[in-house]
Amino acid sequence: MKSAAKRIYIALIVLFLYAPIGTLMVLSFNASKTRAKWGGFSFKWYIALFQNEEILRALANTLLIALLSSLIATVIGTIACIAMTGMKRQAKSILMGITNIPMLNADIVTGISLMLLYISLGIRFGMGTILLSHITFNIPYVILSVMPRMKQLNPSTYEAALDLGSSPINAFFKVVFPDLLPGILSGFLMAFTMSLDDFIITHFTKGVGVDTLSTKIYTEIKKGIKPEMYALSSLIFVTVLTLLVLINLSPDKKEKK
Amino acid sequence: MTSNKKWLSVPYIFWSALFIVVPLGMILYYGLTDRTGAFTLDNIIAITTAGHAKALRLSLLLSLISTIICFLLAYPLAMILSQVQMKRHNFIILIFILPMWMNFLLRTLAWQTLLEKNGVINHLLTFLHLPAIKIINTPAAIILGMVYNFLPFMILPLYNALAKIDPNVINAAHDLGADHLHTFTRIILPLSIPGIISGVTMVFIPALTTFVISSLLGGGKLLLIGDVIDQEFTRTSNWHLGSGLSMVLMIFILVNMVLSAIFDKEGEGSML
Repeated sequence: MKSAAKRIYIALIVLFLYAPIGTLMVLSFNASKTRAKWGGFSFKWYIALFQNEEILRALANTLLIALLSSLIATVIGTIACIAMTGMKRQAKSILMGITNIPMLNADIVTGISLMLLYISLGIRFGMGTILLSHITFNIPYVILSVMPRMKQLNPSTYEAALDLGSSPINAFFKVVFPDLLPGILSGFLMAFTMSLDDFIITHFTKGVGVDTLSTKIYTEIKKGIKPEMYALSSLIFVTVLTLLVLINLSPDKKEKK
Repeated sequence: MTSNKKWLSVPYIFWSALFIVVPLGMILYYGLTDRTGAFTLDNIIAITTAGHAKALRLSLLLSLISTIICFLLAYPLAMILSQVQMKRHNFIILIFILPMWMNFLLRTLAWQTLLEKNGVINHLLTFLHLPAIKIINTPAAIILGMVYNFLPFMILPLYNALAKIDPNVINAAHDLGADHLHTFTRIILPLSIPGIISGVTMVFIPALTTFVISSLLGGGKLLLIGDVIDQEFTRTSNWHLGSGLSMVLMIFILVNMVLSAIFDKEGEGSML
């Protein structure tokens, strides 16, 4: 009885989180253009989506920014973690404090501060400024997921590799890197997700005429949103869901063997 | 090797100085000067004008309520989840991160569809012969939007903090005669404080400073402090005033950072 109540509680929260997503998916098949009426089942928004160049360009921008920013953030963040283990306690805690700023600070303040920076440096607003901003807010996610792994690391293994004649780079990739990998991967995934979902920081650091999906949707909301957007986000969601289910199923099978 | 490591820290120190520290300095500079570049406190004092103070009060109230609701919803959930086997750890985190792959604005927009007068929820309620709800374009709808969008940021740190508690500690408390209530108030709750601080920060700050949720679900009539700042930057182009108001927000953020630093020295309450 008690465990039934627990299950119902989990189910209700999950329902709360996924209800709007379900709604959007249903709307993507709605033949009527308004959200208020059900006009019958139709694939027409999915067909229209692939003919809508603006949306497709925004999608390409979004994916490019998310991929590049999370990759670069992963490299910078991982190197920073390695560097921090060799730092003095005080220097390290100052750097970690600064690292926490973009996570604890409000997105609107981060966005505005970066916008003011680009203006004063005379950098032209566009894909470049969005990319720089996304790298900046992605690095903390990488550092915070790699750092715990770093602490668990046994430094003797690396030193043993060096004593046995391995070069530092070789020793890093053969000995340290495999241990860090789970942290690096989850940091990368988190960074990618955050970049994909960001609206506020992009809103302040993008140039005129350059759009990611978020900013495109924001302008569309004011003018009236195109149902193609529902179709696109449903496609993205189902793709990710399928990928994650596949990834989650495979290790289980290995364990059963 | 140590000298090598020092050299490795250069890229990140350079990056964080240029893109984190300097930009914050820019806000301070703009917030404390007027258009001619002369020093002034007017941009900060502007928070006390009727419109701005009202927006800040509403923001504080709504974000406080949202944070409390998030906490009350998330804590029992995190406790239940923390009893699930560690093998499922990644899967549990994914369930709550996954909604973020559907765009934040679209998810919030979907609530409009659900909450509208002739929306899905009211259709369901009428079908069940229950009275219809009228919460769209009210502060309640904004709170719902905040709770919806930021709930995962409360669940994950709480779950992480609770999952780390050694079950032997809880068993020991039971063996020594503590009942469930005492075990909770003396053992579980104190040990989860890093998670609570982190969760509260991760919900309160975004809720306090958001500016889209209010225009989507509040009908655009209820201005939050985030809306005001956004307008100063994107419409009226008064960056000095916008920066000054942002500095007021940063006071709340600073208080939060100090609190997290005191209660969560090891970064245990992190999301990941």
